Amino acid sequence: MERRLLRKPEFGIADKLMRVSWVLVILLCLLAGVGYAALYSAGGGAPEPYAARHALRFGFALLLMLGIAMIDIRLIQRFAWVFYALTLGLLVLVAVTGQVGKGAQRWIDLGIVQLQPSEMMKIALVTVLASWFHRASWERIGNPFFLVVPALAVLVPVGLILKQPNLGTAVITAVVGAIVFFAAGVRLWKFALIAGVAALAAPIAYAQLHDYQRARITTFLNPESDPLGAGYNIIQSRIALGSGGIWGKGWLQGTQGQLSFLPEKQTDFIFTMWAEEWGFVGAAAVLALLLVIILWSMTMALACRHQYGRLLSLGIACNFFLYVAVNVAMVMGAIPVGGVPLPLVSHGGSAMITVMLGFGLLMSAYVHRDAEFRGPAEDG
Amino acid sequence: MRKEVRTSGVFTRRTLLLMGGQAGLLGLLGVKLWDLQAVEGARYATLAEENRISVRMLAPPRGRLLDRTGEIIGGNKLNWRALLVAEQAGDVPSVLDNFSRIVPLADHERVRIERDIKRHRRFVPVVVREFLTWEEMVRLEVNAPDLPGVVTDVGTTRIYPFGEDLAHVVGYVAPPSEADVGEDPLFELPGIRIGRAGMEKAEDEALRGRAGAVQLEVNAVGRIIRELDRREGQPGQDIHLTVDAGLQTAVRARLGEESASAVVMDARNGEVLAMGTNPSFDPSLFNSGVSQAQWREWTRNKRAPLVNKAATGLYAPGSTFKMVVALAALEARAVTMGERLPCLGHYDLGNARFHCWNRYGHGNLDMRSALKLSCDCYFYEAARRTGMDKIAAMANRFGLGTTLDIELPGLRTGLVPTRGWRIGQGKPWAQGDTVVHGIGQGFTQVTPLQLATMAARLATGRAVQPHLTKAMDGTVRAGGKAEDWPSLGIPERDLHLMREAMWAVVNEPGGTALVARLPDRSVAMAGKTGTSQVRRVSRAERERGFRAETLPWEYRPHALFVAFAPYDAPRYAVSVVVEHGLGGAQAAGPIARDIMTEVLTRDPAGKPFPAPTARVADADRS
Repeated sequence: MERRLLRKPEFGIADKLMRVSWVLVILLCLLAGVGYAALYSAGGGAPEPYAARHALRFGFALLLMLGIAMIDIRLIQRFAWVFYALTLGLLVLVAVTGQVGKGAQRWIDLGIVQLQPSEMMKIALVTVLASWFHRASWERIGNPFFLVVPALAVLVPVGLILKQPNLGTAVITAVVGAIVFFAAGVRLWKFALIAGVAALAAPIAYAQLHDYQRARITTFLNPESDPLGAGYNIIQSRIALGSGGIWGKGWLQGTQGQLSFLPEKQTDFIFTMWAEEWGFVGAAAVLALLLVIILWSMTMALACRHQYGRLLSLGIACNFFLYVAVNVAMVMGAIPVGGVPLPLVSHGGSAMITVMLGFGLLMSAYVHRDAEFRGPAEDG
Repeated sequence: MRKEVRTSGVFTRRTLLLMGGQAGLLGLLGVKLWDLQAVEGARYATLAEENRISVRMLAPPRGRLLDRTGEIIGGNKLNWRALLVAEQAGDVPSVLDNFSRIVPLADHERVRIERDIKRHRRFVPVVVREFLTWEEMVRLEVNAPDLPGVVTDVGTTRIYPFGEDLAHVVGYVAPPSEADVGEDPLFELPGIRIGRAGMEKAEDEALRGRAGAVQLEVNAVGRIIRELDRREGQPGQDIHLTVDAGLQTAVRARLGEESASAVVMDARNGEVLAMGTNPSFDPSLFNSGVSQAQWREWTRNKRAPLVNKAATGLYAPGSTFKMVVALAALEARAVTMGERLPCLGHYDLGNARFHCWNRYGHGNLDMRSALKLSCDCYFYEAARRTGMDKIAAMANRFGLGTTLDIELPGLRTGLVPTRGWRIGQGKPWAQGDTVVHGIGQGFTQVTPLQLATMAARLATGRAVQPHLTKAMDGTVRAGGKAEDWPSLGIPERDLHLMREAMWAVVNEPGGTALVARLPDRSVAMAGKTGTSQVRRVSRAERERGFRAETLPWEYRPHALFVAFAPYDAPRYAVSVVVEHGLGGAQAAGPIARDIMTEVLTRDPAGKPFPAPTARVADADRS
């Protein structure tokens, strides 16, 4: 019995499909459905130009996710470094070619979709950090020298993303990395130390920021200071959101969105559009849906019997959470505008593909939650 | 195993902690949402009701391109046009049908309009028709009730007063492609143009300026009631080029019907005074869209009118390369100035025989006479003794085979091979290869701009870089003075011999380019001819008595000429390349002579440079 389990395909595809968390699949479909409805409205009550493409992309991304879920998690663990190295290579490539094209060249065209290597990096980082920590004993994790390599694995891409320059994604990447460190068992005083150093370094970092990034921070602190310029987005977003009231103006009836007072309504500000038309009831429902997806993913992490799957799933779930929290806080004017989309709802292929790729990995960890990693444990 | 349990226990605790944090944070956001929508909802609803302020972008006027005398070579003029806002039109096809009845629209225009509507957001106006006449404007205005969503306005369009003459330098503008949209918010504006070639492309960002914004009061369906506030964008910067438009026109006229190019540079500082290419094209055609037929004609034409031959045409330098070989030989001490090398009309290396252009031979020649008579055998031997790598290094010092620091896009580097380059290709480097490079044949490929740079550097001994920008945004650029450029580090004695020999080529009886002597005998020009084969002459052909002029046009050799003047105080450097022009002396020499006469008469570098303008004022947009 036990021999059979250890043999190479432990499960057939059918067994694996049985083990997929269909609850999560349904939750994601629901979220994409919200996206379709919102984008239909953003397109002026028509499937073109946003909603139809959104549906098509989601279909593709869903297949991608299920495909990845079928891949053995141990295989993924073994190739984590390769995936990381390739993504880092893309990031360097973008940094190099971006300089030639005078900035704003953060994209790589893959034909079907354009990919932002910095988005991909977050996933790659999680896979590689999980791989580093998955066999480490409590004592080893306590050793500061053991943390040098993973810290570099975080800092190098963060530095490259900062150079692009893309402050929002760089910060999120660093936070995702920190969360994996935290969950892996890195001692709390080390986080306190880093936080202290960061607080001291903040003024220096501010001096390094680009003018437009500083403008974002100043207008965040006082949006009315520049109502026609950088503050315009925040003010308009709050007006649209607030005017929705408790019950909303009704689907396709949102005046602010439909009359284009609201900027970027199909990408960054899609949640505003939704909240204007569906009111607090609809917006809170979407927030609840998002929270359920996040918590469900976190419990999937807990269900894994191996540390690799646990850390990987947790990192991906937290990455999704950060997207959501930053976007929603941004449209309400709670944090500076940062160009972070609402995953699976906003129009745009790159974020959707990377988010679903991440869920594919998470699902693979869940499908193979009882898998045993062969070979001797590192120590202890 | 216990330790494993420890990490997993920590993991579980910390994960639960994170989950609590996530729920808490989203909960807080939910509270904030409640605060905005329920508590303050009424206030925001009023604000939304009053939100009749719409912000529209304003197109900044594109910066102008001016020549060194302040003449406009790329400017703006008013352009009446009709725009369509899809959101306000409702039924777009029927509006376009109505429009067609007033101002006829061709099918391809309608396809473009519908594509533009799809590409932009529905409140962004797209261009229906540009360059409307006054009468058409009036008819559209009168019929406004049938044309919901159609607005007429006045924009600007690009004009090029010198048309074909400066097309390759100035370049042209065209609507942004789908790939460009999104890069700059400006590209959303209807009718915006971006630089696609020449200076328009190289300095596009500076010329483009930054978008302004106008705050409009609109009614509930979005129609404009009045303008509340206007914040002008930043107009594009004016750029003064180093070229002299008058001289450029004269240069192009002298090139006549040939497929040719000529570069005139201020030898002391690298300012490009003229850069003519024939044949050329009308750059304003790109503004409104080039027709298929026109495009086919341009791309199929063997004389390639769209190609800036002066900066991107590649040619073997032929005998114009001999100064480089001579200097490399002197530096390597492979040959001394006075040493005489024999010429029997041919040069044997192993079993291979290389021919001199003079089949009867020149006898024994020193370096000066070898350059003056352009003897090939002398340079076969000099090259063999010096070695290819040293020749290539010297060529690079003169700008050949290097990427020049000029503002034009799509610049070509050309090639001066080294032995390493050839071995890198997996092929051996034979000594015979070095020998043919002694006369500028073989793999070497250079641009006319590099040849002019070489002439300027020979004349001044300084590493001047050709450049086109004289002043930008009201400030004169560095690089206008000779002292701005470092010395090449070549002994003055060696350079002097080169200049002297180049003087002899043009002014001494027996020189290969006496025909290029300046008619005004008080000024002397120094120069060097070059003839570069585009195909090998076989032994059989040579024995039959080969005559290049019997070949079809595209197999004839190119004619080259480099020159500088005045000989005793060099100020101008010129290069001329006539594609398939047969001989450097007959085809390119006289052109160089006439261009130099024109340059010296006009003396563009001697005239003071007017105070540069910074930006186009709104008032003189037209």
